[in-house]
Amino acid sequence: MGPTIRPGRIAVHVALILYTILALGPILLILVNAFKTRRAIFADPLGLPNGQTFTTIGFDRVFANADFGLYFFNSLTVTLVSLVLIVLIGAMAAWALTEYKFTGNTLIALYLAVGIMVPIRLGSVSILRMMVELNLVNTLTALILVYVAQGLPLAILILGEFIQQIPKDLRDAARCDGVSEYRIFASIILPLISPAIATVAVFTMVPVWNDLWFPLILAPGDGKQTITLGVQQFIGQYVTDWNAVLASLTLAIAPVLVLYLLFSRYLVRGLTAGAVK
Amino acid sequence: MADVSLHNVAKSFGATEILRDIDLSVADGEFVVFVGPSGCGKSTLLRIIAGLETVSGGEIRIDSRRVNELPPADRKIAMVFQSYALYPHMNVYKNMAFGLKFAKTNKAEVDRRVRQAAEILKLTPLLDRKPRELSGGQRQRVAIGRAIVRNPSVFLFDEPLSNLDAALRVNTRLEIAKLHRDLGATMIYVTHDQVEAMTLASKIVVMNHGRIEQVGAPLELYRHPGNLFVAGFIGSPRMNFIKGQVLRLEGGSATLGFAGTEAVVTVRAGALAPGDPVTVGIRPEHMEQGGADAAPLRGTIDAIEQLGESSYVYMRLASGDDVIVRAPGETDATPGGAYTAHVPARALHVFDASGVSVLAGRG
Repeated sequence: MGPTIRPGRIAVHVALILYTILALGPILLILVNAFKTRRAIFADPLGLPNGQTFTTIGFDRVFANADFGLYFFNSLTVTLVSLVLIVLIGAMAAWALTEYKFTGNTLIALYLAVGIMVPIRLGSVSILRMMVELNLVNTLTALILVYVAQGLPLAILILGEFIQQIPKDLRDAARCDGVSEYRIFASIILPLISPAIATVAVFTMVPVWNDLWFPLILAPGDGKQTITLGVQQFIGQYVTDWNAVLASLTLAIAPVLVLYLLFSRYLVRGLTAGAVK
Repeated sequence: MADVSLHNVAKSFGATEILRDIDLSVADGEFVVFVGPSGCGKSTLLRIIAGLETVSGGEIRIDSRRVNELPPADRKIAMVFQSYALYPHMNVYKNMAFGLKFAKTNKAEVDRRVRQAAEILKLTPLLDRKPRELSGGQRQRVAIGRAIVRNPSVFLFDEPLSNLDAALRVNTRLEIAKLHRDLGATMIYVTHDQVEAMTLASKIVVMNHGRIEQVGAPLELYRHPGNLFVAGFIGSPRMNFIKGQVLRLEGGSATLGFAGTEAVVTVRAGALAPGDPVTVGIRPEHMEQGGADAAPLRGTIDAIEQLGESSYVYMRLASGDDVIVRAPGETDATPGGAYTAHVPARALHVFDASGVSVLAGRG
């Protein structure tokens, strides 16, 4: 006798499979069509490339464009620097807010919670004005600053939850061992919340990489464009080079995918197995 | 090695008073056990000594040095936690070496100390394992090892055995006792289990409601409990208490009436007056069958627990009091039947209306 399959389980799986198809469909469509001729893209959008329709002309055109590597590099820089800053500052803030009692603790926590609820784009005009004042327009710094501000509240919330789950005895044991507070954070807290850090990294990385809004208003020129802006150059008012658009989108997916695979290894790992009974 | 002394230590969280008027001195090399029901403040007191909690008042001295303001690391203490608190991402060796690494101890010395502690605790074959690959008893030994390598003046144990199963608990208890003999260090140990307290301690501190009820050697507390709480807490099964009254008082001899019987005891001068209510205490194991000078307690048997070498007879007296009597292993008593136990006057404990022992030369 195998395990009985409950109807509830089937429903959950059906829902998940449908969602997976919905989520993966457009990506597959991009991948498939990136390798087809323009004629084939329009004639048979869902068909796989075959001997007649296969082409890499889109990629050739993307690579022929000297700026494309630069856009790629810009995106990568902005994403990675934002990621590191969000995780580092977020973890430190989460540790401080959960571990220490000080005046204003609750106030700061509430202030950060507001940051989760209010979309940062509402402040686009003020942000642009501020960046103009600071002479940061058309710099990657402007983007990084905005993304760090955007990512921090959620990062602090998630990391704070995880830090709270670490048994208090561990920190006390370390204090008895004569380990400094910085060391406790670096050698005990950080390794133990690595699954949470991976989660936060994935959650912050994808919207930053995909963002079009802030690159468009804060850094649209001077060779500081990110890849999402770079793709736009193939989309014209009258003519759109679909081969190049799809090829560049395909290339743009790759790095996030690699980063995701790197982090996902930690996503499901046990948190404090064996620490306490 | 060091002595520990507490003066007027008090602790409150907001308006809630957790500890008050704690005065205690622990001599060098002593094994002191804080025992009491949960919520009595014993763990808080230990954490105060460790430096993990601040005091609201009073002074703590370790090695005659005021340590109130010192962080845990500078108090020359090491603490073993109930949850073991092993660092889950480090192997046994690193768990023990972790603290030393930051104490500017050189590598060879760290290695020597860790291996020595591992040897003492039979952990050598496990040094490369992660905590999750260890059994409960092994984790506990690693936690103790982590304390040993620090070479502390005072060891602090916070209910270290309560997560272990019964057999392992007895074993580990013996190991801790042996460790104390071998190291000769001062140890302070918190438990709610009076058996652990009796077997390990050279001095027991009985706590209740944030106050110290009585301090003394295990047998001293067993023989001469100073008040009702200590009398009820130390000893298993717990002492029987029967309400009674002072019938006559001649000099130091008081004749007490309780449960339809009488007994004469020697009490402290002026502690009682004729007619005063008293509580008479008698341990189950001090009841006898027969005896010339013993007061008889008659009742009917509610239940009998046979343990082999002895039996516990639960009986209800005519006065309505329930008492437990330890009877020989093979008894012909049956539930529902009548039973008579005899109470020798020398085994009686007598407490006044406020619960304080009134026996002469005791308390």
